[in-house]
Parts: sequence; structure tokens; C-alpha cells
Amino acid sequence: MAAGGKPQQALPRVDEESRGWFEGLARHELWLQRCGSCATIRFYPRAVCTVCLSSEVVWERASGRGTVYTYTVTHQNQAPGFREMLPYVYAIVELDEGVRMPSNVVGCPPDAVRIGMPVEVVFEDLTPEITLPKFRPVP
Amino acid sequence: MSIWGRTAVVGAFEHPTRFAPDKTAFQLHAESARGALEDAGLHVQDVDGFFTAGFSAMHMLSLAGHLDLHPTYVDSQMIGGSSFVSHCLHAAAAIEAGLCHVALVTYGSTAASERFAIGTGGGSAGDPPDQFEASFGATLVGAYAMVAQRHMHEFGTTSEQLAEIAVTMRRHAGLNPQAKYREPITVEDVLASRMISSPLHLLDCCVISDGGGALVLTSLERARDLRKPPVVILGGAEALRHGGRGVRDVLDIAASQSGPLAFERAGLRHDDVDLCAIYDSYTITVLATLEALGFCRPGEGGAFCADGRIGLGGALPVNPDGGGLSSNHPGMRGIFLVIEATRQLRRECGARQVADAEIALVHGTGGFLGHRHSGVTMLLGRA
Repeated sequence: MAAGGKPQQALPRVDEESRGWFEGLARHELWLQRCGSCATIRFYPRAVCTVCLSSEVVWERASGRGTVYTYTVTHQNQAPGFREMLPYVYAIVELDEGVRMPSNVVGCPPDAVRIGMPVEVVFEDLTPEITLPKFRPVP
Repeated sequence: MSIWGRTAVVGAFEHPTRFAPDKTAFQLHAESARGALEDAGLHVQDVDGFFTAGFSAMHMLSLAGHLDLHPTYVDSQMIGGSSFVSHCLHAAAAIEAGLCHVALVTYGSTAASERFAIGTGGGSAGDPPDQFEASFGATLVGAYAMVAQRHMHEFGTTSEQLAEIAVTMRRHAGLNPQAKYREPITVEDVLASRMISSPLHLLDCCVISDGGGALVLTSLERARDLRKPPVVILGGAEALRHGGRGVRDVLDIAASQSGPLAFERAGLRHDDVDLCAIYDSYTITVLATLEALGFCRPGEGGAFCADGRIGLGGALPVNPDGGGLSSNHPGMRGIFLVIEATRQLRRECGARQVADAEIALVHGTGGFLGHRHSGVTMLLGRA
């Protein structure tokens, strides 16, 4: 249990391929990778372009805006940190930059979420190093 | 030279247990191996190819030791529940290449008696993509649910249409004395069951059981001298789908690649197929797979599954044994697809027998549909 008695979920592991992503999130900024050779955008971050196999990486700041591509209202998950949150919305958000990323939709009742709904990023700090990018409906 | 039409399933055994707190998973492997070898009329000493999948890193080595096997060809392909269908394709290639002569495929699991939360336990394999999913509460059922949600959005598919699949599988299970759940259910029962991960209800989800199964394969030439009618591997193919670089289409599933290739390799058409054994982890899995295999057009799966066509007596019976939705699902169900298809083609299935079955299509799905998953299609026929 973390401070305050809130059950703690497993944290994502930061590694050499993903460090820039998590450093950006800790500053409450969403950054995506683009290949420095063929300019293909990609999510999640990784060292080698899947199209041209180049190691040239260019980070660019994302708008943080997108739409809900698909989602599910999760009513059962026995894992610590999540069973206390039920029901919650697990979703794939299509960013305006064109990539689709898993996340949560927060800030509205779960039953209000719809495919195509415009959303914007919000940042949830779990630890000083780990911040999660979540999405809320655009007001 | 083609490998197709030259290898046969000659032994098939489904362990009758659905709850075995008095047994271990390895014991279920061993008892299933015994059953399949007896079915084939072969001895364990005849086995020189061994195929299996499990969750521990050195599962193949441990299990081969437990069974005291000394194979010259081994394959522990692990791509989720479809692995065992894949093993059959790999065995066909190995046998035809002379790398082994008698292949044994085994599976065993005590998921139910260990209270293993297969679909809703959260957790993470710890691989790079998991770092971008698990912390948002991703579950196995959630992946399938997001395919269903998107399918409903694009095509107007309804919960009632999905429920018809569960109702059909339960009706089939009523004809299978070994099925875990045999009492009939209605569409209303499915819709009234509690929501697990919207739009999937409890009765849209496969059961959790214990279980085991095994298969024995050899050359068609040798198969003709064995105890049971050979069931021939006519064609097959594998495919993977994943998030890739982040531009996934959750409705573009692996079956859309493996299916057409399997038909082409077998030289068969859809209307040649007398029955299907389709991995039914969830109701949406069946609907999406039938579409992707080309039995109907994209978006038509809901109507296709809801009009009686996939039931016994319909034009394309699916899972006469009751499938994972009602008969058994110990975590990775692929081997049971091949066992049921084999037994149907041998016409051993009693009350649930598909009349005059000549050609069966097997399709296994492994992993997270819409996310990282595998699809393996195999066409089987009577010799």
C-alpha cells in the first residue's frame, strides 16, 4: 500500500527505449517519436524504425488531443490497484497525430463515453518518476 | 513439393475432467498422452516428435522429463491458445521432411482448481508493449470487448446477436455429456448476466475449467495401418496481429490473413466446409473470426451468427461440443478444436454428430484479439 492507504498498482518499467516518453510525461508533456530518416511517426517509443530500420529518432511534442477509437467499461479486474477503481474505462485513443494509444478515459461517468468522442490528455502522477497520460472529454 | 494431404491425425483424446483438484497439470498431460496413444494404437516409445506449450519458461524440458520422452524433434511454439493448432501444422511439415515420424501434442491445465483468473486478472508479461497497457488496467477480456465495441460502432452489431452465439454453444453442450455447463440458456439470460467488460457479459465469456488433451500425428501412409480412420491435414496457415507502430485496426484480425492462405493451400472453398471448430474465448471471437475467414462479409457476422446457421442442423455448424463458452476452457483451448474436428470427421460424436462430415475448418486464436494475437487456420478432411 502506498502512502495514504491507496492500493498500489504495478508501475510501468522505464528503459533505454522509453526514457524520453516517461521524462516528458513527468513534465506533463506528451511527446511522440518520428523516424529521423523516413519521417514515419510511431507509438510506443522504440529505438529502431519499423519501416526503414533507421536508428535516427526525432521527438516531437504531441497536441494531446484525439478521439476515442474504441473502449470498454471494465467491471472486473482482480489486480491490486484496479479492483478498487471499478468500474473504469479502458480505451484506445486516436491522437490527432494519427497513432492509437491505450489509456483511460476519466473525468466523466463511464457510461457517457462514446466512440468518436473528442478527448484531451490529462496527467496523473503516480510517483516522482512515473506519470500516466489519461484522457478526458474536451469541455 | 507440398506437405498438404500427406499427414494425418491418428490419435485424439480429450480428458473428461472439468474440475480436478486431485490432479496436477502434468498428470493431465500424461493421462491425455496415454489416451491419444491408445486411440491411435501406438506406444509411447514410438513417439519421436514432441509438441507442447505452457506458461513456464522451460515447460518443454520439464514436461519431456516428466513423461521421460526422448524426441528427435521438439517444438514449444507458444502463441497463446492457438499454439496447439500451430503444433499440428509444424508436425505435418516435420513428418513430411522426415524430421520425425510419430508426433505427440499434449496440453494440460488446472486453471479452475487453482482459481486462476484467466481473463480478468490484469497483470503483465513485462514486455515493452505491456509498459504502455498494463498501467491503465488492461485485461484479456477488455481487449476482446474493445473489438466488440468497435464492431458495434461500425456495423450496428448488437448484444443480442452476440448472445445468440452463447445460446447456440450451450445448446450444443447439452448434447455433450462431458460439457461443463449443459442447461439451456436464452438470449435474455446472457443479457441479464453481469457485465464483465462492456459490451461483454459473463455469459459472453468462456468458462474456466481444468482439462487436458492430446493428439498423435503421423504420415498418411502409416496412418492407413492404424486403428482409427485417418484425418488428413489438407492445408493451413498462421498469422500474427499486433499494435505494430501504433496504427492498429482492431477489426483486422489474424484470421483474415491465415484463412485465405489455408483455403488456397488446401485447394478448397468455403462451401466445401461441413463444420467449423472456432476458438470461442468470447462470443465476439466467433463472430469476428467467421467474418475474417470469409464465411460472410465484414459487418455481416452478427446476422450470420444469429439466424441458426452456426447451430447443429444449420448450414455451418460451429463447435458441436459446446466450445469454450460451455464445454471447457482451461486457459488455452486450441487442442480441443482439433480433437473435436477429428472426432467429427471420424463420425464418433453421437448426438452431436454433424451428418456426413467430410471437411472441417479449425481456427485457433491466441492472445489479445485486437491487440497482440495469433491466428492459426487448419483444414482437415477424411482420407
